[in-house]
Amino acid sequence: MEIVVVGISHKTASVEIRERLSFPEAKLPDALAKMKGISGVGENLILSTCNRVESYATVKDAEGGMERIRRFFLDYHGMDGGGVNDCIYCLSGRDAVRHIFRVAASLDSMVVGEPQILGQLKDSFDHALMNKTTGVVMNRLMKKAISVAKRIRTETKIAESAVSISFAAVELARKIFGDLKDKSVMLAGAGEMAELAARHLVNNGVKTVMVANRTHERAVELAAQFEGVPVRYEDLALEMARADILIASTGSPHYILSAHDMARVIKERKNRPVFLIDIAVPRNLDPEINKIDNVYLYDIDDLQGVVQSNIKERQKEAELAGGIVEEEIETFLTWLKSIDVVPTIVAIREKAEDIRTAELEKTLSKMGELSEKQKKQVEALTQAIVNKLLHNPLVALKKGAGDPEGSGHVEAARVLFGINEKTEPDGGSESSALSEAETR
Amino acid sequence: MSGVLFGATLFFYFLATFHYILFLISQRESIGKVCQLATIVGFALNTMFLIYGMVSQGHVPMTNIRESLIFFSWSIVLIYLILEYKWKIRVMGAFIITIAFVLILLSTLFPPGHAPLPEYFSSGWLGIHTTLAFLADASFAIAFAIGLMYIIQERQLKRKSPGAFYRRLPPLDVLDELSYRAIIMGFPLLTLAMLTGAIWADSAWGSYWGWEPKEIWSLITWLVYAVYLHARLITGWRGRKAAYLAVTGFLVVIFTFLGVSLLMPGEHAFR
Repeated sequence: MEIVVVGISHKTASVEIRERLSFPEAKLPDALAKMKGISGVGENLILSTCNRVESYATVKDAEGGMERIRRFFLDYHGMDGGGVNDCIYCLSGRDAVRHIFRVAASLDSMVVGEPQILGQLKDSFDHALMNKTTGVVMNRLMKKAISVAKRIRTETKIAESAVSISFAAVELARKIFGDLKDKSVMLAGAGEMAELAARHLVNNGVKTVMVANRTHERAVELAAQFEGVPVRYEDLALEMARADILIASTGSPHYILSAHDMARVIKERKNRPVFLIDIAVPRNLDPEINKIDNVYLYDIDDLQGVVQSNIKERQKEAELAGGIVEEEIETFLTWLKSIDVVPTIVAIREKAEDIRTAELEKTLSKMGELSEKQKKQVEALTQAIVNKLLHNPLVALKKGAGDPEGSGHVEAARVLFGINEKTEPDGGSESSALSEAETR
Repeated sequence: MSGVLFGATLFFYFLATFHYILFLISQRESIGKVCQLATIVGFALNTMFLIYGMVSQGHVPMTNIRESLIFFSWSIVLIYLILEYKWKIRVMGAFIITIAFVLILLSTLFPPGHAPLPEYFSSGWLGIHTTLAFLADASFAIAFAIGLMYIIQERQLKRKSPGAFYRRLPPLDVLDELSYRAIIMGFPLLTLAMLTGAIWADSAWGSYWGWEPKEIWSLITWLVYAVYLHARLITGWRGRKAAYLAVTGFLVVIFTFLGVSLLMPGEHAFR
């Protein structure tokens, strides 16, 4: 049994190809069922987002399995390969597990650290569960991938810094003010971007929203959305003393606030700091304003600069996260090996038990009249012999599950105890066998 | 015994400083725990060193520069530990514990010997006066460290170059407020230190104030912080200018402590 990944992503394929190969949610049950029907394919699930289309599966042999899944991808979408073939990657074993963990932890995302991918993976897993196309291995793998993603989220700062303009504005506001509750924001101009930034600020605790716009009706309308206060556009400079943050996005060809205005505002505010965000082009606020103490003026390029530096920071954290992934691959592969041991142990026990009961019956029938107590004693004797004889080999097998030579033990045990034909791992019975082996 | 305690204190303060700087760089919580532990152990050893000195000498051991520097470090670490517990801002340690470590390291440059002490040194006022003075100075050291952090963070935000410190240092408003709080704590302590000093002087020499260099410079220190508080409370000074004043104040403190003691004669000069 091998774990494989077959798919395309933003790294290998253009958006046109990703669109054509994608599986819309409505078609997932059908696709999952069809894939399960492919010979040699065991458990499987499909992850289809706008940035990637991938299938994770367990197959009998890696090469053949990957090839058949790749064909299925093309056939299902009525494509004949050609250029698309080069976009499809096939990974197996350790590489496949690594890829899945990296996808879940958002290390393979277009914007490294973006959080949506984990939710999308969970949804794909849910679809597969509903359609019963996963089993022990895939269930364990998905749960592990989710926990790895969470571990990386808490142990690294992969998702901490802002990588969009509007979030960068929030991040800077927090670096200036700390807590944003009981802070107020003024919107000058009512553009979409300003609205978005204001929305983020409110979500991060900002209490009061004031809106000034050249057409006052629009100001009233937008203020209502935030349960805020509309302000007369002419009064902007006057009202600024009450605002801790200003988001300027008017279409004005001139500066709407001069350094002189701002010096007066800051005096009136008794030097309490002000954060000015100028996302208008041409700029709304005189760049000279930034020279005033306790005033921090960021224009669109400055914010872009912060975003760029944050992206670099995330890439550094991604390297750290890569180390965590490698660690977790190890624990998962160890587990994977150990479940191979379990069916062997179960088979050995079953075989011994069959022999014991058969021989016991044979002997008891030949021995004539025995008291109930004597029968019990004979039975106990046979059990004791079987248990003592099996004890060492079984302990060695369980121990061997952890180290690299362990699989050799499994092979040997199968030959020595005469257990042929490996039982195909299959959902339910497998997990009960595991718990059985543990309780004994 | 005293030497062992001193060496161990020095070692743990070094360990703490090293880890605090590592913590500032890496931001890993696990390292933060090591910082705190090393600081607490160092502080405990430092305390034992002082108690040992007190028992063997019969008064608080700060009658030469060496001992005073050690006592100063102890005061800074004491106040830092209280503030870290209260404010939970561990990156401060990278600045403050470093200062404490540098001061205690400096102490090794000075000879341990004592000149015979005049009789008035056995007065209880010595302990009270000097302890208050050092706790005040320690508060100012912390205001200084936070002021430095403010200046660095402010520069990053003004220049719009989010560098390494931008991510690691606390928000500006928080730093501004904490530096102010450290000064509010230090100012009454300094005032009390000067009053108890006057009482001690009166009982030792029969006059409250002798226009000695140390007294004059203490007065200057007091005035600098009085100006800070006045400017802050009355005219609303804050931010960069306030941070620079907090930094300047501590430089005056250091001069009053070391410069005056070493360069100018007087009753406060160490012999």
